[in-house]
Amino acid sequence: MAVLELTDISKHFGAIQAVNGVSLSIERGEAVGLMGDNGAGKSTLVKMIAGNFLPSSGTIRIDGKEVTLHKPVEARRHGIEIVHQDLALCDNLTAAANVFLGRERRRRIGPVSVLDHAGMAKRAGELFRDLKSETRPRDLIRQMSGGQRQAVAIARTMLADAKLVLMDEPTAAISVRQVAEVLNHINHLKAQGISVVLISHRMPDVFEVTDRIIVLRRGRKVADKRTENSSPEEITGLITGAIETV
Amino acid sequence: MTVSLDDAIAHKEHTALSRVLTSQTFWVLLAVLAACVFLSFATDSFATSKNLFNITRNVTFTAIIALGMTLVIITGGIDLSVGSVLCLCSMVVAVTMHAGYNIYIGIGASLLVAVIVGAFNGVLIAYFGFPPFVVTLGMLSIARSLAMVLSNNTVVFQFGPDHDKLLALGGGSMFGIANPVIYMIVLALLTGFVLRWTRFGRYVYAIGGNEKAARLTGVPVEMIKVAVYVLSALSAGVAGIIQTGWLGAVTTNLGTGMELQVIAAAVIGGANLEGGVGTALGALVGAALIEIIRNSLGLLGINAFWQGTFIGGFIIVAVAFDRIRQRR
Ligand SMILES: Nc1ncnc2c1ncn2[C@@H]1O[C@H](COP(=O)(O)OP(=O)(O)O)[C@@H](O)[C@H]1O
Ligand SMILES: [Mg+2]
Repeated sequence: MAVLELTDISKHFGAIQAVNGVSLSIERGEAVGLMGDNGAGKSTLVKMIAGNFLPSSGTIRIDGKEVTLHKPVEARRHGIEIVHQDLALCDNLTAAANVFLGRERRRRIGPVSVLDHAGMAKRAGELFRDLKSETRPRDLIRQMSGGQRQAVAIARTMLADAKLVLMDEPTAAISVRQVAEVLNHINHLKAQGISVVLISHRMPDVFEVTDRIIVLRRGRKVADKRTENSSPEEITGLITGAIETV
Repeated sequence: MTVSLDDAIAHKEHTALSRVLTSQTFWVLLAVLAACVFLSFATDSFATSKNLFNITRNVTFTAIIALGMTLVIITGGIDLSVGSVLCLCSMVVAVTMHAGYNIYIGIGASLLVAVIVGAFNGVLIAYFGFPPFVVTLGMLSIARSLAMVLSNNTVVFQFGPDHDKLLALGGGSMFGIANPVIYMIVLALLTGFVLRWTRFGRYVYAIGGNEKAARLTGVPVEMIKVAVYVLSALSAGVAGIIQTGWLGAVTTNLGTGMELQVIAAAVIGGANLEGGVGTALGALVGAALIEIIRNSLGLLGINAFWQGTFIGGFIIVAVAFDRIRQRR
């Protein structure tokens, strides 16, 4: 059974039709590349899966059950995690605070429950170690490099046992070595049976880690094929519209 | 030298000491203490228990509102209505008690008005996307006008059967400390606790740091924003009630221009008008510095007209300090 199944999903913002009648399904442990030009609707599509937007029409099924995701916390409850485009970090907070943003750990002291600063820093440190990132939990994001920010955004997706991890351009602003770490991480997720949706403009990365590639053009799905049966040339043609559809 | 990953992650770049030394609040606190030492030697009248009692009490009205203002400023907003809201809330407690109701009903009515005013500001700002500057500027005008309507622009100085209780609340003292100072300390501790140890506090900072990111990760941005404007109005209401008890009379020009003094206190104490930064201690320290400037000009025989120049100078120095620190 598919982990995620979208049927005829659309989203419009006023007159702008950002996503138009998209259907797709993602299997357990599968990595799917989502490609398309700027404004094609990729971010809008994954935000609907992550509970940031409600679709204007269409249905979302998780493990075969239809769901309505009003809030990010509801998507997380279904095992869906996301790395947002531009990472969505607060510069003025620490790395640990960002990792736990929206799901802070608390502990009880007598009648009151307070933020568990030490516990959160400890757990964040463990996640950074797993990601092989030299990121200190108590440092402010403001002082961090692109790679460290990246690690913070990815660590967020590792807090709970995810079924599906959505990555919206996670390698847009980092060094070659760090890109390799991210791709490694994706392979690691697949090996654990976790599904991944990777949005990226970096063709070689997408061909390296994905099993399947879906192309969006102006909100519509124009291709959905196995990575090994495609080529960067074909995908480029599909993205630009030189190839109409396959 | 090789450093293992574990060491690198566990390493603390900032010791507690370096954090203190780079904090604006610390330096302003130092300035306050230096001014106190200087004034103790330079004048005979500064370090008298009467003058210190007055200073600490005068600080409280600005400081209590600066606590609420700091929350608003941390989220990246501003509340220009606090001076007028202080006046309106003073008038509500005064008029209600004057009409013969007891002090609990008077204070309850006053705080209820504060909540309504704050919620009105907050809902327009959070749910309808109005700029905070515009909404609270409108409220600055509305609240004072309502205070005039309520009192028919007269002075209210008789507070009904609980008259003495209200005067004791604001004008009394315990262990040689003026009551308002005790309220201020309690409220500051509460604000400090909330900012550091609760989810709400964490979200207040997150919204000021990156509102879009906060929303994407599921922070209830709109609700938190409404809450901070309600708390800001409540702090003005509390200050208004206490001030009513201390002054023993309310006029419709109470708190005129106070918003600027409160914002100045928050900013001098380290709150950043761009959002994301500020502390409860900073609000108190900023308010203390302003009051000491005011007090010392009088004691040193300097014309009181210079007060604005000094306070304005400190605001600019505080912001300059922040810029230099960020560049490093
Ligand atoms: N919150 C929003 N409000 C209005 N329009 C939006 C919003 N988010 C995205 N859009 C529009 O939807 C279209 C698709 O955007 P997006 O999903 O970000 O594309 P991509 O991620 O593929 O670059 C664009 O035309 C964009 O301007
Ligand atoms: Mg995008």
